[in-house]
Amino acid sequence: MADHKLVGKNYVTPDLVAKVTGRAKYAEDFRAEGMLFTKLLLSPMPHARVRRMNTSAAMAIPGVEAILTADDLPEAEAPQEAGLTNEPLYEGEPILAIAAVDEETAALAVEAVEIDFEPLPFVIDPLQSLRPGGPNARLDGNTMAGRDLATVKWDNVDWNEIDAGRLPMDGEVTDEWQVGDVEAGFAEADLVLDETVFASSVSHQPLEPRTAMAYWQNGKCYMHVSTQSTARTTGGLARWIGIDPADLVVVGEYCGGGFGGKISSAIQCRIPALLSQKAGKPVMMRVTRQEENFFGRSRPGIQARAKFGFKSDGRVVAIDLFHVQDGGPYGRSGDFMSAADQTSLMYQPAHMRMRGLTVYTNTPPRGAQRAPGGVQAVAMFAPIMDKAAKQLGVDQLELIRMNAPEGQAKFGRPRQGQQGNVSSAFPKMAIDKAAQEFDWAGMKARSGQRNGTKVTGVGVAISSYSAGTSGLDGLLVIRPDGKVQIHTGVGNLGTESFSDTARPAMEALDTEWEQAEIVWGDTSKHLPWSAIQGGSMTTHAHTRSNWAVGLDAKRKLQEIAARDLGGSPDNYEVSDGRVFRRGNRSQGLSFARAAERAIALGGKYDGHELPEDINAMTTASATALAGQGLVGVAKDNFETGGRNMSYVIGFAEVEVDIETGSVALKDYKCATDCGTVLHPRNLGGQLHGGGIQGFGIALGQKWVLDPKWGLHVAKRFYSNRPPTLLDIPHEEEMPWVAANEPDPYSPIGCRGIGEPPVGAGAGAVLNAISDALGPDGYFNRSPIMRDMILAKLESLPEAHNPLSTHV
Amino acid sequence: MGDVEHIQVDEQGVSRRSFIKGVIATGASVSASSYVMRGGHGVALAQAPGAVERLLTLSVNGQQRRVDVLPQETLAMTLRYKLGLTGTKLGCDRAECGACTVLIDGVPRYACSTLTHQVRGREVQTIEGLEAADGTLSLVQQAVVDEQGFQCAFCMPGFVMNMTAMVQENPSVTRAEAAHYLSGNLCRCGDYNKILNVAMKAAEYTRNGRRS
Repeated sequence: MADHKLVGKNYVTPDLVAKVTGRAKYAEDFRAEGMLFTKLLLSPMPHARVRRMNTSAAMAIPGVEAILTADDLPEAEAPQEAGLTNEPLYEGEPILAIAAVDEETAALAVEAVEIDFEPLPFVIDPLQSLRPGGPNARLDGNTMAGRDLATVKWDNVDWNEIDAGRLPMDGEVTDEWQVGDVEAGFAEADLVLDETVFASSVSHQPLEPRTAMAYWQNGKCYMHVSTQSTARTTGGLARWIGIDPADLVVVGEYCGGGFGGKISSAIQCRIPALLSQKAGKPVMMRVTRQEENFFGRSRPGIQARAKFGFKSDGRVVAIDLFHVQDGGPYGRSGDFMSAADQTSLMYQPAHMRMRGLTVYTNTPPRGAQRAPGGVQAVAMFAPIMDKAAKQLGVDQLELIRMNAPEGQAKFGRPRQGQQGNVSSAFPKMAIDKAAQEFDWAGMKARSGQRNGTKVTGVGVAISSYSAGTSGLDGLLVIRPDGKVQIHTGVGNLGTESFSDTARPAMEALDTEWEQAEIVWGDTSKHLPWSAIQGGSMTTHAHTRSNWAVGLDAKRKLQEIAARDLGGSPDNYEVSDGRVFRRGNRSQGLSFARAAERAIALGGKYDGHELPEDINAMTTASATALAGQGLVGVAKDNFETGGRNMSYVIGFAEVEVDIETGSVALKDYKCATDCGTVLHPRNLGGQLHGGGIQGFGIALGQKWVLDPKWGLHVAKRFYSNRPPTLLDIPHEEEMPWVAANEPDPYSPIGCRGIGEPPVGAGAGAVLNAISDALGPDGYFNRSPIMRDMILAKLESLPEAHNPLSTHV
Repeated sequence: MGDVEHIQVDEQGVSRRSFIKGVIATGASVSASSYVMRGGHGVALAQAPGAVERLLTLSVNGQQRRVDVLPQETLAMTLRYKLGLTGTKLGCDRAECGACTVLIDGVPRYACSTLTHQVRGREVQTIEGLEAADGTLSLVQQAVVDEQGFQCAFCMPGFVMNMTAMVQENPSVTRAEAAHYLSGNLCRCGDYNKILNVAMKAAEYTRNGRRS
């Protein structure tokens, strides 16, 4: 597959003109006849119980039509959330919802609800909950051991050590694993760095909040909802509404960002659906920015102790991690586990141990955020790698390179005593390309340069993360008008993979892209079973499924031609919208003619006979499309070589003003190994878009909670601000390079790339700031704020305990 | 609601004081209710004594539109909920993100923080008004398409309107100047690198008076 017609080429995605003309409709842009609006009553306290509630005055307001309370919802099984609650576990948790003829009436009604809360003990710092006698965020426990809620208190731990800013490693944990023998590993090491480190919780903050509008028609629920996925939204949302997925139509052609927070929309999206059912009218729930901050998900913070053992040449021999995760009040985020898995992949230690637990807190619910755990791992440990390089006198990039995974490298926690492996890994190729193209030596030469009050620092970091699944389905119809209609259940949250992953189908048919039409974003339009649009799953999964369905359609075209024109199917080739006898374009059929023939032949050719190995959703969709043309349908049964992971190496150059402590990011470049490059412009967008989210993590995005009341102080854009154009290098274009080495276990060789750029951006910037401040310039904490820089420059103690959260 | 008749609508510029007063007058003490709008169903309307003339003629995208506007109503709400112009997005409703940026007499303004009564007699342009009647994209829109600019694109209408004003004002804008000009617009996908590529291409198209 060296020569591609479409793969690796830029093109205009089919959604772009609608977006740029304002015609693209997002959830809040839909209207329905008689549409009501709902407003939510939110908890004013971090943990409370509704003692008394009287809604009669609210319901008496003219125009108020329906109310939904927690009592109307099936009880959620702890520790899952229900969407509405009588025992709020964080400030801003929705208690009830009222629907009225307009939003102001709904808001007035919410104000008219008489409600009395009984405050309950709360905790916002996981370590406070582990302290003997410390409060629990939930009445039923403060952690999960396996599948059970449990309470863990650290009776045996030296709390003076914690108060002094050092996390002990002997507290009780719920999860642990080991490969090799860490003690033996450290015995072999020439340098052991033993650090207490911290990564903050960070809100997702998609620009479009999780808005939803719902109505019912003939027993079916129709939802216009902000969601990342399409095919995989229906199951979760239908379960939340309490209906059969077949009775739910999800329309979500455009999604204003998700970053993991809207993988199958959000549980609160059940509210307008259930209110609509009650009121018998459509209901719009517009989620405000402040509400999005409360229930719009965030990345869990991690307090950790990390021991890294190195040989004198820089090779990592042993890593011992101890993680305490700030788990929020619900569910169980796996970040603290995957942080360790990615650490094992990035640095390939022979000996590694991970111990940790997640602790419930009365802070907003956590969820997967772009490289969950991976970003925290890079933010916490890239500075340790950097510090080791400097202490050992090894070039930082060389230290990353010598420890980087290669080929089918080992990965993560062991299963049945054995670590698994990745499908392929070529980050060393990416590093070599980058070192040359980015002039790493020249960058390093600028380290420490003074310009007035400004000092230059350079930093580099590697980041890895999951990059694809397999075994999904492809579905297309070659129509009698000659168009190739490619159906996809992949969502459209801006990565454009709904379209990019369709390209291999046309590649297999060796036909111009202009002949393709993509059907996406609406589950009434017969979509195939697809991957979740999250975890960078779709590029790998659906370049494969669409390659499979392209080959299936090609075979059917060849068979139809052989039937009509004689010879065997292999005598025919497919190219430029025709199937024809090898070497003779005139002796053949156009796609249009072949589609007509497929309909006449029926059976497998027009979708009346379907393969048995496809998912039931694909079967239903293909059945609905049967008879409309030549139906291609296939499951991805291609081989796999292991877990799919992609890699990014970020290079940052900053200027730190030693008078003000301000940091200016002057330059950022990155290199990636994500297999074959599918769509260069979008790849650049993912690499630098993710990198920029990482800049925010390094340079200032965090929560601030009032420890006395457990309330949010930084809950809007201006107080927890994502990076702006002025926070990124903006004098020159930021470049990137790709190894562009196909994954040998995938027909096109593409892997996903959404996740790892974030950690690379965060790690490179954190290291660059420390580089500017000299050998002791490490903070063991992200984000790095100005006051931290100034305190370091003045050799003053830090303003807060290194382990403190939400300050 | 009794303060409505005292609202002084500043016709010539954004008066922060009058804007805040207007919003407060709607009873916006509701927790976390950033959006307060009225659909004109008559229920809540009955409570508002109409001291300001409510039936306005607005000039939007070159068309004269008659619309019933409450004194405290923001331009973003009028555009989105009364005129059907949903291309203007609300990302924060508090002048923090710029997704709602429109042009008022050619000047970029946050529509979430502009009272509709303030734009009487002025020309309002939204994302829907950039495309020519024959479907020809504006030069800025064309630059977006040519550079595959933006990702989720929820911020795009605001950026494109701001960029439209920018290239009119200074078609020789540098990349760094463009970053400053556009820094009141947030893109959470972080597609700033491509957005600046779009800005440079749009400026180039404007200088040449043509695309490509």
